[in-house]
Amino acid sequence: MSTNQPYALESLFGPGRADMTSHTPHARYLGMMVVETGPGLAVVMLPYRPELIGDPVRKVVFGGAITTLLDQASGLAVACALDVLRAIATVDLRVDYLRAATPELDLYARVECYKVTRNIAFIRGIAYERGPDDPFASCLGTFMLGANAAASNFERFIRPDTPDGSEEPS
Amino acid sequence: MNRVLDAIPYARFLGVAVERVDGALECVLPFREEIVGNPILPAIHGGVIGAFLELTAILRLADESGTDRVPKPINFAIDYLRSAGPATTRARADIFKLGRRVAVVHVVAWQDDPARPVASGNGKFLLQVE
Repeated sequence: MSTNQPYALESLFGPGRADMTSHTPHARYLGMMVVETGPGLAVVMLPYRPELIGDPVRKVVFGGAITTLLDQASGLAVACALDVLRAIATVDLRVDYLRAATPELDLYARVECYKVTRNIAFIRGIAYERGPDDPFASCLGTFMLGANAAASNFERFIRPDTPDGSEEPS
Repeated sequence: MNRVLDAIPYARFLGVAVERVDGALECVLPFREEIVGNPILPAIHGGVIGAFLELTAILRLADESGTDRVPKPINFAIDYLRSAGPATTRARADIFKLGRRVAVVHVVAWQDDPARPVASGNGKFLLQVE
């Protein structure tokens, strides 16, 4: 992605709009904040809270909470990779837990949408608490584009007669 | 089993409960507004569905091993099959392989009809030796 590429959501998600997770009830509930956006890029912060612990012995944040953070940042990165806003649906997401997240620190996810085709967007990202050079988790995912928001079920998009591979101009 | 569930704050946070259905462990995620990801559809947040699948896998492993230690996830992959609407979500896990150090667990989640899953997950866990 070129750093100068315009994206449809720039005016909504640009600098100073840390509140833009507010349209997502669960993200708002967890207190997630958008730290940074750019073309095909999103950095989202999840404030530490004891309720997010998954392993009471090690006081480590539950992997599922990290998945939630990465999923949120991934969807935003895809939205920020589109020049025209389209509906987005997660197709799959894989998270690798590289190490335990340090207890009591806020968690960050930095996700890049590195490829957009006509129907699919591909993302990769990391999660860290101190800096992106020392991540505790990484992820890969794919998103379906243009899934009709009214007919949320995207089964009909996964048809063998819709081969992919065509590219949007980027 | 419930001791493990009670010990995981995030499970309480999501309101997850455990039931036995025909002898099999089944996890239940009640619907509430706070877990919505897309308010237009509305649909449950994909991350919550992922977390619920992972929690189900962990509880299944804890049930199998009879320990209270939480297995460490190595990785977890989620396939989103359908939008999860404003309804109760249920999940079951199968232990595909229980090795000495690593377990492979498959999880399926559904809402109204088990034959129409909303998501499936595949996780690898490092078993913590006591």
